[in-house]
Amino acid sequence: MSETAIEFVDVVKRYGMVTAVDRISFSIQRGEMVTFLGPSGCGKTTSLRLIAGLELPSEGSVRIAGQDVSTRAASERNVGMVFQSYALFPHMSVIENVAYGPTIRGDDKKAAAERGQEILAMLGLDGLGKRLPSELSGGQQQRVAVARAIVQQPDVLLFDEPLSNVDAKLRRRVREEIRDLQRKFNLTAVYVTHDQEEALAVSDRIVVMNQGRIAQIGTPDQLYNRPNSRFVADFIGDANLISGRLENGRFVAEGLTLPFADPGQEGAATISVRPERIGLDPAGHGGTVQSATYLGSRYEYMVSAGYGSLLVSAPITSTPIAPGAQVGIVIPEDGFTLVESS
Amino acid sequence: MTALRGLGLRLGAPWLLLGLIAVLVLPWYKLPPPDLGAGVLPPGSALTQMLAGRWWLLPPVLVMLALAGLRLAGGLRWQTHPAVPWLAGGGAILFLLQAFGIGLRGPGFEWVATLFPAAAPGQPGLGLGGFAFGIAITGILADCLAVRGFCRGERFAANAVVFVVVLLALFVFFPILRLGAAALFTPEGVFQPGVFVTRFTAPDLWGLNCLVGQGKCGVVINTLVLGVLSGGFSTALGLALALIVARTGFRFKSTLRAISILPIITPPFVVGVAIIVLFGRTGLVTGWLDVLFDVPRTRWVYGLPGILLAQVLAFAPVTFLVLLGTVEAINPTLEEASKTLGARPLATFRTVTWPLLRPGIAAAFLLAFIESLADFGNPIVLGGGYDVLSIRIFFAVVGARYDLGNAAVLAIILLTLTLGAFWLQTRWLGKKSYVTVTGKSDSGLAAPLPRPLKGLVYAVVIPWIVFTLGVYAIVLIGGFVTDVARMDLAPTFRHLNTAFAFEIGQFGLQLYGSAWDSLKTTLVVAAIAAPLTTILGILTAYLVSRQNFVGKGVFEFGTMLSFAIPGTVVGVSYVVAFNVPPVDITGTMAILVICFMFRNMPVGMRAGIAALSQIDRSMEEASQTLGANGFATLRTVVLPLIRPAIFTSMVYAFVTAMTAVSAVIFLVSARHNMATAYIMGRVENGEYPLAIAYSAVLMIIMVASILVINVLVGRRELGRRAQLQGAPTVVPAE
Repeated sequence: MSETAIEFVDVVKRYGMVTAVDRISFSIQRGEMVTFLGPSGCGKTTSLRLIAGLELPSEGSVRIAGQDVSTRAASERNVGMVFQSYALFPHMSVIENVAYGPTIRGDDKKAAAERGQEILAMLGLDGLGKRLPSELSGGQQQRVAVARAIVQQPDVLLFDEPLSNVDAKLRRRVREEIRDLQRKFNLTAVYVTHDQEEALAVSDRIVVMNQGRIAQIGTPDQLYNRPNSRFVADFIGDANLISGRLENGRFVAEGLTLPFADPGQEGAATISVRPERIGLDPAGHGGTVQSATYLGSRYEYMVSAGYGSLLVSAPITSTPIAPGAQVGIVIPEDGFTLVESS
Repeated sequence: MTALRGLGLRLGAPWLLLGLIAVLVLPWYKLPPPDLGAGVLPPGSALTQMLAGRWWLLPPVLVMLALAGLRLAGGLRWQTHPAVPWLAGGGAILFLLQAFGIGLRGPGFEWVATLFPAAAPGQPGLGLGGFAFGIAITGILADCLAVRGFCRGERFAANAVVFVVVLLALFVFFPILRLGAAALFTPEGVFQPGVFVTRFTAPDLWGLNCLVGQGKCGVVINTLVLGVLSGGFSTALGLALALIVARTGFRFKSTLRAISILPIITPPFVVGVAIIVLFGRTGLVTGWLDVLFDVPRTRWVYGLPGILLAQVLAFAPVTFLVLLGTVEAINPTLEEASKTLGARPLATFRTVTWPLLRPGIAAAFLLAFIESLADFGNPIVLGGGYDVLSIRIFFAVVGARYDLGNAAVLAIILLTLTLGAFWLQTRWLGKKSYVTVTGKSDSGLAAPLPRPLKGLVYAVVIPWIVFTLGVYAIVLIGGFVTDVARMDLAPTFRHLNTAFAFEIGQFGLQLYGSAWDSLKTTLVVAAIAAPLTTILGILTAYLVSRQNFVGKGVFEFGTMLSFAIPGTVVGVSYVVAFNVPPVDITGTMAILVICFMFRNMPVGMRAGIAALSQIDRSMEEASQTLGANGFATLRTVVLPLIRPAIFTSMVYAFVTAMTAVSAVIFLVSARHNMATAYIMGRVENGEYPLAIAYSAVLMIIMVASILVINVLVGRRELGRRAQLQGAPTVVPAE
């Protein structure tokens, strides 16, 4: 499992004066599913296209399966890609679409068609081979796009926001399907999305990007619970950012004192607290509920304290609290992360 | 085929193989035509020519051998070797230097003569070997760029960009530069820059006597007056037609649209001839007027009025198409808003519709203005004493007052005028358009024309329809009656027989008619030019809309430039540039084909760009990630999806190759005569029925060809993509 499938070394991509990807380095292991996550314009799609060969780096090198492919065109690499719009060829039948890769690479037409049929069967699309893509449902189209991308056993399978055209209700199911498929074929997969929930759900590791740089790389758990920056904390999930100071092994803000394990650090600092880690208990320090929202699966309160407003998520089983009520706020010792310090 | 491909691959690039053949095997120089006896030099490859003392051919030979060596040492991706770009680039530059440095009559510079004594007798134009070397070195350079990441490493795209650039440079920019240089030489061939000023300020160019006093105006003034009048009348008529089709319940709309296609498939001269037949001194209408109303017979039709009439007839359909687009693009809700605010119909038209139409009107006017400036066929038939630039240029090249330098100056003036108008059209109007495409469907109904306006529009359009039908009636029957001009309507095949007599006898098919040669050449040239033009146009469209590369802006400008240059200017510049080495191709069929390729390519390009803009780019990217290179992607994915654009381009290229006259008139030769040039000869001799008969035959062939192309290219519709068939038809300056 430790074999490196993809490696970026100091990759830079510029378009004229604009730097889309600003000196990033990372590596992806074989059989791993990695997500590029970030706001629009952060360089995640460009990074994906750099792997595909649809863009070539301005500087640095891209390695796939140990080979430097920095100046290789897409057609000279072995990658499969599932596009946002699926990009099925409208003038070809489903089987022609799926067998397109093997055919164009010089395989015998018949063998290519057979291979295509196999993959279609594996994805539960048997019997649809003769149809035109326009005659399929959205979900079927997407599976055809996946079939077309994996038919040649690519070194890496790339997904460019594959769920953006899928009905909100169906998304959960489709992303499970993608994850199962990736596990089943032991594919190395790279997945681009701007939806943090989707990223947390499907990935082995997540690369969070911002303004062309990598903000943090880690497992979903690491990113959620141990964000290393304000940006990551804020972008993934909801975060309460509290500004204060580190002094004598404690984090201190107005009306708040928390023990902090690393006594070496001093000075201004910001911590991040997840809404669901905050307890509402009379034993805590004082705050006032400003607004309460019923969300069906939980309650959400805006609570003001001396150091600012906090978003608090409370289980649906708890007693509802009316706006204006005085509450106690409890932040557990392991419930916060330092995201900024001077 | 597969074996050949394998060989090419094993050698790393077919270009290298071609380059080796070019320098070692093929005859480097142009072989003289068989009927002219031995040329300056005996045939031989670059290698043998070099060993015979022509040492300036050493670099091409050496470069190819060195590259072959690198290939053998370097393996499949040999182009990545750091020496390759230097070798190939240096080789290309030295190749160009020797080609332009040593002309037909010897070296261009003193030091070349001292360096290469053998250059003294000069060298002929490049032949097979020379051209093959040029192609090979261009391809090698393109591959070199591709492996270094140019065009995202796409070898096909890099090759396409580099080749199109080189072709544009050679067949668009180079001739224009040569033309500019020719303006600086006296008729005796002496370099004298002052002569440009003398020619440019000649009084017969700029004189204003017709306005202020008695006498004639200068030829530039004549041209401008004609252009402005023609643009104005054509636009007014086109607007009237557009308003009728879009905003009234006129019953013969489809007839109107059909009539608007006619000028595109009408051979030149024939409208002029029909007008003479109708309105000339002995014309039909003139005759009736004389008999019925005692209107004296005059020659009024020869000169400005006649040319204007013919041009308006030809250009109104063009302005009609432009303005129809503008009228239909006006969001009806704007007019409805005006009405709900209390404006009466006429006030709504004046305050809302008209201002929205203005940019379109200006665009249509400029288009007709440019066409009028470039028009050659009508002025030469109907001009009489009214001289315009295109005619003057023609006679400066082929007439008794042969003066290439003067022709060059006149061509530069004409070019400046059309480019100026073209620049205005693209830059200034490009930003003034109020038409917004939102993707939302416009609800609401277009306002019908206000009543007074409707009357005016009908008053303009109905005479035009009558007139058009009259002209085309003459064209239809004129060739098949004894003498239409004298009202002798006895049916006869005499004229057709003169042109196209044939006999199937004991020697097989025998073609006696005088027009067969020109018809055959025309068909062959059109049949070769149409696919090549389409390939060039669609390829350029693909590059412009799908590839990002350094210098793309200049690239686009170059392609548009070839669109804006008047045919007469192209003709003169080709004569100047290509009747001397190194590219010595006048008098061949190739120059006719090349001329059509670069003049008609922009139509295919525009249709292609419009079609490509409707196709999701990720379709091509999907193809690439599946292993298809640029060419395979183009062939299997892009082309099937843009068939309508290919159809448009093929038809347009074929039809224009059959009807064009302004550029080819300079390029035809005794061996390769074209139909239009033949017809022009007949018109000059006054053999009107023959000219009309030939034109009718051409029109029938064109209609038949369009049907055949339709079958060949096919028009498979893919649901929503049917709309692509409305790709814009743009007609370049003739």
